[in-house]
Amino acid sequence: MIPDLLQRYGLKLLEGLGVTLELVVISIIAGAILAIPIAMARLSKNRIISAIAFGYVYFFRGTPLLAQLFLIYYGAGQFVGPLKAIGLWGFFRDAFNCAAFAFTINTAAYQAEIYRGAIRSVPRGQWEAARSLGLHLGPTLLKVVFPQAAIIALRPLGNEIILMIKGSAVASIVTVFDLMGQTKLAFSRSYDLTIYLYAAVLYLLLVETIRRVWNMLELRLTRHLRRESQAKPAKAADLVPVTR
Amino acid sequence: MPNLLHLLSFGPEGWGDEILAGTWLTIRLALATLPFGLILGFFVSLTKRSEAAWLRFVGEAFSTIFRGLPELLTIFIVYFGASLGFQWVVRLFSDATVEISGFVAGVIALGVVFAAYASEVFTAAFNGIPKGQWEGGAAIGLRRWQTMRLIVFPQLMRLALPGLANLWLILLKDTSLVSVISINDLLRMTYQAVSYTKQPFFLYFVACMIYLLMSIVSSFGITAIERWAERGERVRTATTKPRDVMQEKAATS
Repeated sequence: MIPDLLQRYGLKLLEGLGVTLELVVISIIAGAILAIPIAMARLSKNRIISAIAFGYVYFFRGTPLLAQLFLIYYGAGQFVGPLKAIGLWGFFRDAFNCAAFAFTINTAAYQAEIYRGAIRSVPRGQWEAARSLGLHLGPTLLKVVFPQAAIIALRPLGNEIILMIKGSAVASIVTVFDLMGQTKLAFSRSYDLTIYLYAAVLYLLLVETIRRVWNMLELRLTRHLRRESQAKPAKAADLVPVTR
Repeated sequence: MPNLLHLLSFGPEGWGDEILAGTWLTIRLALATLPFGLILGFFVSLTKRSEAAWLRFVGEAFSTIFRGLPELLTIFIVYFGASLGFQWVVRLFSDATVEISGFVAGVIALGVVFAAYASEVFTAAFNGIPKGQWEGGAAIGLRRWQTMRLIVFPQLMRLALPGLANLWLILLKDTSLVSVISINDLLRMTYQAVSYTKQPFFLYFVACMIYLLMSIVSSFGITAIERWAERGERVRTATTKPRDVMQEKAATS
């Protein structure tokens, strides 16, 4: 009883979903690695360093993701010579790599702001206490500050992942066959609009799954913050963001 | 470098006027979407507060779906779907073939997404208004919608303003997505300029800077509007503060 359309294009859509997931996972993780130094730079007392980090964050949060993707994908084509010289042309020739790269530097800017806010929310006394115990900066960050900041960062990070899943659809415009790309291809062949609705269902399922997993994760990570009398956890608020 | 700047000159040689025209269209698109999205979002937030379960369900479903879908997908669905649906309605009356313009489809799609997020902002703002305001309105004999219009709504807008301002900044960026349904917005005009001049890096960078400039200008406007909206609040806090100090003195002496 599977509709004809799904029989023909269903597997393709799932294949596209896999590419979407791959794009999102790569860029979220690489973005996180990039974001932590940026967040530290934003918090730096050195004016020049924090100004550079501010400029980076401001640029990538203030311009459309699609424009950034075009800047990298088409812009790289202009620098074939220099890129070949440093051996990076092979990387930038591929649309998937360009999309992953653009998403990485974009999400790094957003994540940097999330981590900055989370680190700043850790009370000063925690830093001072670590210092009075004789901890160096490294252990202070790893053992004292980051674990407490992680709880604050969790929810906005979940929102960022959802925004990245939604945002990754623009990769289809530069010929990446993610879920959106496969859907457009199937539509151009079948001219049946319902294919877009199937894609919509898949996207919604993906976002809803992340939302549920994230709510569970948050309940688990904050279990030490609840008292016995509050054993019944407060209803976790809606995760899908209101603002970015 | 002077060679590159030449690309941005006005007239038949340069692309400055085309890019400026695209910018103007982007601004018009965003400005046209704003009232539509605001009004729709307000009504969606009303349905979420409704006593009828089915209305609440419709409101929740609307905002969950359009916050969960990629904006690009929404734009495609509206662009192809709305023209089909519109055609179907028109066919009931006549044989005329109508086509929904890209601009209208863009406004509808972006407006629906804006409304889905705005309804959440309004819902939070509604929750921020004490029940006593409604009861006060009823006590002085106002009807429910009069209370809404005269008492609740002005306070609601002040509470919702920061969230809505944020949504405006997102809307400005999201307009770039309509370039895929062949609307000649800033990004599409830049795309065309690139295909002629083969200077993608410089021209897309210029486009990014124009987007950035638009959001900087918006930020100034938003600050001004917020200051204007809070002017009553400032007077209130200014007049209540000295009184608190007096009470404190009385308590300690």
